[in-house]
Amino acid sequence: MRQHLLRPQLSWRALAVWRRNFLVWKKLAIPSVLGNLADPMIYLFGLGYGLGGLLPQVAGVPYIVFLAAGTVCASTMNAASFEALYSGFSRMHVQKTWEAIMNAPVSLDDVVAGECLWAAAKATLSGVAILVVITALGFVHSPLALWALPAIFLTGLCFSALGLIVTALAPSYDFFMYYFTLLVTPMMLLSGVFFPVAQLPAAFQAGAQALPLSHAVQLIRPLLLGQVPADALLHIAVLAGVSVVAFAIALILTRRRLLS
Amino acid sequence: MAPLTVSELRKSYGGREVVAGVSFALAPGECFGLLGPNGAGKTTTLRCCLGLTAPDAGRLALVGEPVPARAREARMRVGVVPQFDNLDPDFNCAENLLVYGRYFGLGDAAIRARIPPLLEFAGLAGKADTSIRVLSGGMKRRLTLARALINDPDLLILDEPTMGLDPQARHLIWERLKRLLASGKTILLTTHFMDEAERLCHRLAIMDEGRIIAQGSPQQLIAGQIEPQVVEVYGEDAPGWAQAAAGRYAKRHEVSGETVFCYVEDAAPLLAHLAQQPQLRTLHRPANLEDVFLKLTGRELRD
Repeated sequence: MRQHLLRPQLSWRALAVWRRNFLVWKKLAIPSVLGNLADPMIYLFGLGYGLGGLLPQVAGVPYIVFLAAGTVCASTMNAASFEALYSGFSRMHVQKTWEAIMNAPVSLDDVVAGECLWAAAKATLSGVAILVVITALGFVHSPLALWALPAIFLTGLCFSALGLIVTALAPSYDFFMYYFTLLVTPMMLLSGVFFPVAQLPAAFQAGAQALPLSHAVQLIRPLLLGQVPADALLHIAVLAGVSVVAFAIALILTRRRLLS
Repeated sequence: MAPLTVSELRKSYGGREVVAGVSFALAPGECFGLLGPNGAGKTTTLRCCLGLTAPDAGRLALVGEPVPARAREARMRVGVVPQFDNLDPDFNCAENLLVYGRYFGLGDAAIRARIPPLLEFAGLAGKADTSIRVLSGGMKRRLTLARALINDPDLLILDEPTMGLDPQARHLIWERLKRLLASGKTILLTTHFMDEAERLCHRLAIMDEGRIIAQGSPQQLIAGQIEPQVVEVYGEDAPGWAQAAAGRYAKRHEVSGETVFCYVEDAAPLLAHLAQQPQLRTLHRPANLEDVFLKLTGRELRD
């Protein structure tokens, strides 16, 4: 057990793992991007126009604009989670791709780091694709929105690292239902994606502050609405802190699973 | 420099010692076989050698590097064919080799130059663009062998390289492994096919319950561990005959179902006796590695 707690042995070979995943993705790039876009866009238009028509302005903007910014965050989280859980588990457990890689001069730490960066990159692409569409639709005007790009990446990194913890613990694909049902979905409803957190009962509002997605929303939504986010450093620190801690936990659990 | 030195290796899982003090060393250019029934500790030994799991005790040096401390550096000069195929199903043959070469830090141009000769070697010339999903089991094994050679390793480690293959496919793998030995590579393989071990290995070690119980060349093991002649006796009456008479003619015999294996220095008196027993069929043959293996590890199933 003790050797699983040693500090990470990382090298540039992690990028070879990233490139492996990129090469697979390239073969199916267009359907993959469209698939990542379709689901959130359906919700955005359905709720944004359907529900938004019933509402006055929310947080000073039309509801669909409010929801569009939340959708960018939620989609980034979902894309990172799906990649780290389902695709990561396929490569780790089903295809034994990680075992093949570890017979080469690549450490398991490199593999996990490469997977984490890959899932973050794919999540970034998913968030940015939605950002591009909502910008084209005229929901985003401010050049401040460019600052959302690194914020989206950081959000992706955070949920990739969290997802890899679940993957390291999973006996089978069915296990992931718990993560989505018990954590991802409630987080989406409590973090201000669909409505301002201020609508929640006071106890829930305090709880929401503990959720990484809520920090992503508080960081990214103002940028897309053309405002400088309040407490930006706090939100960045939470997302970065969760990324680092979650990555370390994922690493320890994955070592325990594969290197014993 | 010794390609691999293992001394007093120990590894336990949950209080059970799976590898219990194993020592052996490979000489450059030889083929060394680790034989043993399922659960003997062969795969755990290989995992320790590659630095994929930390031993509880013992010293390991792989291509001159201490393991696990410098396992990553050591694996730069080692090729591995794992027990179960783990080729990348999303890629074609050439992409599998390209992506694998990148794990060694090789540049794309250098890898691409190596791909055609490796596919040729694996009998997969013209299959560069073929998806591995449509390859036969034998082709996949050969591609895995080619993948293990992408870094031009000094030492090749193969875990059950011909498991699940038909005889044609096995012979082709053996022929390729002999070519690699002829070109100066060192090979460590595990197997439980005795014909494979006898054909390929210059030296071998028989493992059981985490220990090496015999070590030497196949000829040495046969000469040193077992009587030179074997007479197999078949028939419904064979077990009864064994109880009544086998002890008189054979120093040692074993009954397995309706077959009796008699191990003898001189088969003539036994054969003369058996000629009087028309209800029994007999086969007289020289002792082989399988006889040694069964003598040392027993006939019970190991599941």
